[in-house]
Amino acid sequence: MAETLMFNALREATDEEMARDKTVFVLGEDVGHYGGSYKVTKDLYKKYGDLRLLDTPIAENSFCGMAVGAALTGLRPVIEGMNMGFLLLAFNQIANNAGMLRYTSGGNFKIPMVIRGPGGVGRQLGAEHSQRLEAYFHAVPGLKIVACSTAYNSKGLLKAAIRDDNPVLFFEHVLLYNLKDDLPDDEYVLPLDKAEMVRKGKDVTILTYSRMRHHCTQAVKEIEKQGYDPEIIDLISLKPFDMETISESIRKTHKVIIVEECMKTGGIAAELVALINEQLFDELDAPVLRLSSQDIPTPYNGKLESLTIVQPAQIAEAVQKMMEDRI
Amino acid sequence: MCAERTLPKFDTASAKITKEEGLILYEDMVLGRLFEDKCAEMYYRGKMFGFVHLYNGQEAVSSGIVKALRPKGDYVCSTYRDHVHALSAGVPAKEVMAELFGKETGCSKGRGGSMHMFSAEHGLLGGYAFVAEGIPVATGAAFQSKYRREAMGDPSSDSVAVCFFGDGASNNGQFFECLNMAALWKLPIIYVVENNKWAIGMAHDRATSQPEIYKKASVFNMAGYEVDGMDVLAVNTLAKEAVARARAGEGPTLIEALTYRFRGHSLADPDELRDPGEKEFWGKRDPIKKFAAYMTEKGLATATELKEIDQKITDLVEDAVKFAESSPEPNPSDLHRYIFAED
Ligand SMILES: Cc1ncc(C[n+]2csc(CCOP(=O)(O)OP(=O)(O)O)c2C)c(N)n1
Repeated sequence: MAETLMFNALREATDEEMARDKTVFVLGEDVGHYGGSYKVTKDLYKKYGDLRLLDTPIAENSFCGMAVGAALTGLRPVIEGMNMGFLLLAFNQIANNAGMLRYTSGGNFKIPMVIRGPGGVGRQLGAEHSQRLEAYFHAVPGLKIVACSTAYNSKGLLKAAIRDDNPVLFFEHVLLYNLKDDLPDDEYVLPLDKAEMVRKGKDVTILTYSRMRHHCTQAVKEIEKQGYDPEIIDLISLKPFDMETISESIRKTHKVIIVEECMKTGGIAAELVALINEQLFDELDAPVLRLSSQDIPTPYNGKLESLTIVQPAQIAEAVQKMMEDRI
Repeated sequence: MCAERTLPKFDTASAKITKEEGLILYEDMVLGRLFEDKCAEMYYRGKMFGFVHLYNGQEAVSSGIVKALRPKGDYVCSTYRDHVHALSAGVPAKEVMAELFGKETGCSKGRGGSMHMFSAEHGLLGGYAFVAEGIPVATGAAFQSKYRREAMGDPSSDSVAVCFFGDGASNNGQFFECLNMAALWKLPIIYVVENNKWAIGMAHDRATSQPEIYKKASVFNMAGYEVDGMDVLAVNTLAKEAVARARAGEGPTLIEALTYRFRGHSLADPDELRDPGEKEFWGKRDPIKKFAAYMTEKGLATATELKEIDQKITDLVEDAVKFAESSPEPNPSDLHRYIFAED
């Protein structure tokens, strides 16, 4: 066991997969000599050379398209979005070509590629650097979307994503890179399509992902003292959702709160609520509650910014309200 | 480390500036320098947050170009490295500082922050945080100028747009796409590439097949020039010509200013990749020192006059900090304001 920070866990995953398979290569802005904006690829170019750690010009749409071309022809590109928000400029290549090409080619090609990098709202980075693209990309058919949340799961999930034969959008979070876990010495790979049970409970099901998972556990630490016993599930896979784990929990608690960092309109929870209503309506004792970011561009001012995203106290209050049938 | 390019020769005799013009350029550069030094101090004191990209070293470009525009009515478009462009464009230092402090009195009302300075009043089309995304926006402002004149029959419409961006941005498709449209439609715009040799940790010549960016204009049938970006006179002289051409409806210009940033990419950047020898080489070419020497040698200003300006700006920057510090934060009940035009 070795105590490892999340950015190093991701680095180990990349390193191990590159050593295991010569078709795996990393491309993106400053992934080589600079070592990545959050040091996930630090010094890997010294081991694997400049072609396998390809420093690209600032040309997101084109280097994502190049990755599609390389994937179609047998390589396994791992794109680092210096900040996932920058991939708005690559929306066309990611949506049309990474997402849909296998289908439009009638199964002629597969596109084994990973697009990973920091997402989410950081600390006063301004609206453009505080995006939650998981929601924008959610509608694109053919993409798998994964959000890691701990050093442990980041490593196992990234290895799985690199081995997957489909395009995987892999969201890290700017504020989680320094989380620590004791990682096993032996290799491990985690399933991409399984939610993670964070805390077993019986009162209410809290569904969450990425940084909000930690807000949820923080909130629950407070309210469990008052006798509440919520179950927390980290979705991990944002597309497709692990409906098996989700429904098992809802059949037990009959109450659901979804906590997300994306905006409410068109967010991850919006889709999840719809699915829960379609599949589990009879199980619900109360309407599903969403705690989401405000539908506004993220303000720079720190106070306004913290009002924009969900805070632990709001989660605690929501659980209390729901348990007291006030919803 | 990138090889150093030979700088284009500039004959100072060709620059006919008055004492007044010279003092304006000098004062603007000093403002840019001292303001940014103060930003670094305030950032380390925890007064401003997020990514803060400073402009130290590049002042001759902002001052030389923007001071060739009219004080009102023209447009300036910037990147995330935007504080000094905002100052040159006339946005009061206290409003830029207040924005950095996240205050309601900031030029973007504390909503934007370091990378998103805006001022409609001063024709500042914005700081844009994503690389190259300002280029099409500035091109649109230039189109507007032509449109008012030609489609709306307003002969007085002759505003010019200036668009600043870096060497890294010049490898992005938006750059090429806009060069084509601007040349095609003869838009009144000046694209100013501030080639400071680095895009964060990416050396310019590792990122581009043709490092001489100004040459890229020629394939679009556009005028392209390189200029010593550490020489405000050279920049200003070239800018005046380009502005005159643009205003006369003769089309766009691409200017590549060879310059250097004296600090890391942002205040969060450890700046480990740039060679100390390279930093020293460029440090010796400080544009403010160079211009101060020119002014005194030519008898355009005395050392005392320049010192007085330095002091005036030091005080102004101090006042800006006081203003920012004592300004109110945005009201939490205004969280949802400014989303739609009605509010
Ligand atoms: C679309 C986009 N991609 C990547 C980034 C991250 N980024 C910020 S600045 C920068 C380097 C830009 O270099 P250059 O254009 O030369 O300007 P400079 O910073 O030197 O002024 C990069 C890659 C970004 N802000 N936007």
